[in-house]
Amino acid sequence: MSKIYIPRDTTALAMGANQIAAEIAAEAEQRGEPVEIVRNGSRGLFWLEPMIEVETANGRIAYGPVERTDIDSLFNSGFLQGSTDHPLCQGLTEAIPYLKKQQRLTFARAGITDPVSLADYQSLDGFNGLKKALQMDPQAIVDEVKSSGLRGRGGAAFPTGIKWQTVLDAVSGQDQKYIVCNADEGDSGTFADRMVMEADPYMLIEGMTIAGLAVGATQGYIYLRSEYPVAHQILNEAIEKAEAAGFLGDNILGSGQRFHLEVRLGAKAYICGEETSLLESLEGKRGLVRAKPPLPAIVGLFGQPTVVNNVLSLAAIPFILSQGGQAYADYGMGRSLGTLPFQLAGNIKRGGLIELAFGLTLRELLEDFGDGTFSGRPMRAVQVGGPLGAYMPESQWDTPLDYEAFAAIGAVLGHGGVVAFDESVDMSEQARFSMEFCVEESCGKCTPCRIGSTRGVEVIDRIRNNENREANLELLSDLCDTMIDGSLCAMGGMTPFPVNSAVKHFPEDFQPKTEQGA
Amino acid sequence: MTVFHEPLQQQVSEVISELKHKPGALLPILHAIQERLGYIPPESVGSIAEALNQSRAEIHGVISFYHQFRTTPPGKHQVEICRAEACQAMGARQLEAHAKSSLGIDYHQTTGDRTLTLEPVYCLGNCACAPSVRVNDEIVGRVTADKFDQLVSELQTQKLEVLS
Ligand SMILES: Cc1cc2nc3c(=O)[nH]c(=O)nc-3n(C[C@H](O)[C@H](O)[C@H](O)COP(=O)(O)O)c2cc1C
Ligand code: SF4
Ligand code: FES
Repeated sequence: MSKIYIPRDTTALAMGANQIAAEIAAEAEQRGEPVEIVRNGSRGLFWLEPMIEVETANGRIAYGPVERTDIDSLFNSGFLQGSTDHPLCQGLTEAIPYLKKQQRLTFARAGITDPVSLADYQSLDGFNGLKKALQMDPQAIVDEVKSSGLRGRGGAAFPTGIKWQTVLDAVSGQDQKYIVCNADEGDSGTFADRMVMEADPYMLIEGMTIAGLAVGATQGYIYLRSEYPVAHQILNEAIEKAEAAGFLGDNILGSGQRFHLEVRLGAKAYICGEETSLLESLEGKRGLVRAKPPLPAIVGLFGQPTVVNNVLSLAAIPFILSQGGQAYADYGMGRSLGTLPFQLAGNIKRGGLIELAFGLTLRELLEDFGDGTFSGRPMRAVQVGGPLGAYMPESQWDTPLDYEAFAAIGAVLGHGGVVAFDESVDMSEQARFSMEFCVEESCGKCTPCRIGSTRGVEVIDRIRNNENREANLELLSDLCDTMIDGSLCAMGGMTPFPVNSAVKHFPEDFQPKTEQGA
Repeated sequence: MTVFHEPLQQQVSEVISELKHKPGALLPILHAIQERLGYIPPESVGSIAEALNQSRAEIHGVISFYHQFRTTPPGKHQVEICRAEACQAMGARQLEAHAKSSLGIDYHQTTGDRTLTLEPVYCLGNCACAPSVRVNDEIVGRVTADKFDQLVSELQTQKLEVLS
């Protein structure tokens, strides 16, 4: 019997994977060629989705992107018997350069396994970190995380070990602490969290359980955005199975230790990715940002000490515990240690997930991996770090991907999302959208953000209409300064990043159309 | 005054009694009501408030804060178009314009035959195969104007099948 892998990841499904799976099954039956179809996660080579793989004696062979009309010829070419003549054949999956050049620690299992198979997970080191943690005392677990140098992957890059130490040391009045996984992933151009949840959910479950053991928390919540229905279903399936098998619950692997986990859905609000707003939302309130201090580590969910970590931060934990903090810290540069899963999206030929140690340049990512734009037209601007990140012109593409190097030029690495635009982009329109997004998504607590963004849209409209352009450009700059200085959180405080960078690096798009190219 | 239909009231009560004991129960309750009924009937605010020991104003404040919750019945299918940057880079603005003009409705509106409701969304996590559209719980990638029309016509045919 031949084994075929057909992903059940959102992007693979969005490109027709379910239909391909159904038709391959039907075709195989009709031809009397027995097949076993495994619905794996995605490898993250999204330009090849649906990318199907056939298991052979030499390893798995990939074909993609497969369309319905290719199925007949795939069978005719003998793909099930290991023949590699088909034009869609990409050769051995592991040898595809895009994948081979990566350093996958967090995504080591992504796309290889059936995401909800506990046996698959355990056959590839799954739960080894948890087993170690169960033998350690809480301080030793926290020390291991500290030694890894892991900084939170959700955007602010705060050292995870230090956050955990604060929660471990905090005294809870009600003897209850929480682990909250921030799975709100609201940034455009980011999908690494989604991939973890869809391709390797047990890794997140394991990471959260270890976090619970480390700080003495017995309840965890995954706050998942409602825009991710596939991840929702897979997470629930995985949690149920993990519980039934004793990896979660009242007696984890017979240790007498307890940890419970529940998925909670957000309700379409970007600001609920901000950690304090997220906690308000989890408590059943409007997602208004809380002033800090007190830190959530001390007064968090329902007033109790709480670890709030991004999916990728928690997903890095099983590796750190099983291989040791130093093994993780051996990757990276400067103070940016370990790996970051970069996400290439937008107008790019080869979009997907690329996990690498910090330090390669943006250009290497765009050219060596992305292979230029999807449209084939010259690339003009790249927004890194989500909707609050700066637009970078070509002159900045040699910046190494490192938190400090990006900060030094007024840009942000954030969650590692990279969105490419070709020359058809109108940067004044992008700047306007940034303000408009802030109007839509501001929590409304402070004036510079709530009102300033509305004014920002109006001012940019006037500039685009060439009304008092110079004066309005100055007004826009003042407005941005006010938002930066007067906002409570990064929503209002960083919306000026994309706006200012667009004005600064692409001034021609803020000139009257008649003067352009004159 | 609107009359709150008995069956609706009963469904709302069921949801509330099932979920009200969860810590932070409000969002799960609102999701569950909307999942069952397609929207959150304004008349249910009172029972939710009572069950959670909060004021009606507080419940209303939460419902209105989140883009997801609606207080009027939607069309049979929900179609969401991603408006975020990665999709913009691949032509989402033109796609939105096409969708609005071919359906003859704007965002947050429902077609006259009540087949579909159009909503904006800011990122579906399918940014590498943009532009993206979500139809109910299904996400579709690389959506062109033609592909959009085809999706819509499939939804309309489905509706006819159900009625016939
Ligand atoms: C407006 C705004 C949106 C945010 N959205 C997210 C998000 O979607 N996911 C996330 O993990 N962190 C997000 N953050 C960062 C969180 O506030 C917080 O720093 C993070 O969850 C901490 O986890 P980490 O230390 O593991 O990074 C956001 C912050 C702001 C200001
Ligand atoms: S900056 Fe904006 S989103 Fe942040 S607290 Fe103020 S109003 Fe809310
Ligand atoms: S930006 Fe549209 S799916 Fe992410």
